[in-house]
Amino acid sequence: MPMQRQPQGGNEGIMRKIVITVVGKDSVGIIARVCTYLADNEVNILDISQTIVDGFFNMMMIVDTAKCSINFDTFAADLENIGTDLGCIIHAQREDIFDQMHRI
Amino acid sequence: MININEVLETNNMIEKENLDVRTITIGISLLECIDSDLDALNEKIYNRITTVAKELVPTGQAIEREYGIPIVNKRISVTPIALVGGAACKKPEDFVTIAKTLDRAAKTLGINFIGGYSALVSKGMTGADELLIRSIPQALAETDFVCSSVNLGSTKTGLNMDAVKMMGEIILQAAEYTKENDSIGCAKLVVFCNAPDDNPFMAGAFHGVTEADAIINVGVSGPGVMRKALEAEHGTDFGSLCETVKKTAFKITRVGQLVAREASKRLNIPFGIIDLSLAPTPAIGDSIADIFEEMGLERAGAPGTTAALALLNDQVKKGGVMASSYVGGLSGAFIPVSEDQGMINAVLDGALTLEKLEAMTCVCSVGLDMIAIPGDTKATTISGIIADEMAIGMVNQKTTAVRLIPVIGKKVGDTVEFGGLLGYAPVMPVNSFDCSAFINRGGRIPAPIHSFKN
Repeated sequence: MPMQRQPQGGNEGIMRKIVITVVGKDSVGIIARVCTYLADNEVNILDISQTIVDGFFNMMMIVDTAKCSINFDTFAADLENIGTDLGCIIHAQREDIFDQMHRI
Repeated sequence: MININEVLETNNMIEKENLDVRTITIGISLLECIDSDLDALNEKIYNRITTVAKELVPTGQAIEREYGIPIVNKRISVTPIALVGGAACKKPEDFVTIAKTLDRAAKTLGINFIGGYSALVSKGMTGADELLIRSIPQALAETDFVCSSVNLGSTKTGLNMDAVKMMGEIILQAAEYTKENDSIGCAKLVVFCNAPDDNPFMAGAFHGVTEADAIINVGVSGPGVMRKALEAEHGTDFGSLCETVKKTAFKITRVGQLVAREASKRLNIPFGIIDLSLAPTPAIGDSIADIFEEMGLERAGAPGTTAALALLNDQVKKGGVMASSYVGGLSGAFIPVSEDQGMINAVLDGALTLEKLEAMTCVCSVGLDMIAIPGDTKATTISGIIADEMAIGMVNQKTTAVRLIPVIGKKVGDTVEFGGLLGYAPVMPVNSFDCSAFINRGGRIPAPIHSFKN
């Protein structure tokens, strides 16, 4: 499975499964814009779900970045900028933090 | 696979409930630096610290970014300086030069605090121990990031009452030396009974002699997360309450475990322990006192507070040990006054007194912490308070500590501002009856009978 492939190189900015969250007002094209960016960088989407909490649009994507060539900091900053453009907040976090907290 | 609700829960904890990793602390042994020449010793210490911990701050920041979890402090603890400086230091001022070296190393690395300006004198004091203790007030006044601690007793050795007496005087002197800044020197000085070797929290962190060359200890926190989780437990019974505390502690600790493992791997320094203390901050909602109120007490200090704290402390540990195999340090719930808005409110409302705090320390994870008292308190009275607290630790086989700030020039009802994580504190009244004839006896209080387990 590609998602379990160990990236080559050093320890800095290793890319693996990343959780992307989008929070903000619902508007046309949010998912399209994010997905385009992911596709351009060879990031594979494993799961998408969304929900409305307190009137805010919440979307979560789990993505596999094994083939992606940019480092984590750039990836996270790019997504954050896309969020600013769209008027919502986009965060990228490595999946381990959620796994660790919610799975024994 | 992780679902959206779990992701939102975690991110709410971080964004709205102040979940953070309180500290990554690298413990560094300085035993290899020992030299009889003071200049050579200082140079070796500086080089050792700045080499081993060179990548601490950037690594911490990278982990913060990748996981989206704040790591509030990056710190270093070192071998108790009384041991390291013994061969080179002939007078207290010699020890002060080491404090300045530690401070310089801290500034070079950009860390928040460096602990270990310490002496372990639970049974007796060497000449070097005494010189170091006498140098503490000057060392704290002339440095910014150095923290100091003294272990005055243990369940195995009893209490060193000569040192207890001396520390009353030293604390007052440290207050006097920093009186221009609300006696802040005392906020960086703590005395212990049963001090742990692997505590990552300041001011009491030092790298014990039982430890390896270098080790990573991580302190997690999260009173705000705990309070929020308990909102769902209004009116439920204690079984249900405990279950929620335990589950929440588990979640918090797992985050710490992840950060610790990651830091250990990236810095190539072995992982030591997770300290899963609920450590409050002055931020609204990040409070132990608020947890008590959530449990059903009108204010911290109301009857029932000690029981609530006992329950909290125990369940936090039970959740934590399930989450990490290496739990150590202090672990439990801290009850500092100045660093906790709810505790400050309880003091201002008259709900919480020094005596109630002392009772609470029988079941909390540390002791009397960050309590401002009048600047004209007698040294023997401070020693008396220390002796009481040390006795609680000795008899109950637990760590206890005292971090009192006699604020020079301030009296009961005044407020002191320490700033940052140290917060602010109302000056609390101290029992004014005299204990000097008791403190002045000198000698040791023997170890309790139940310490003889061999």
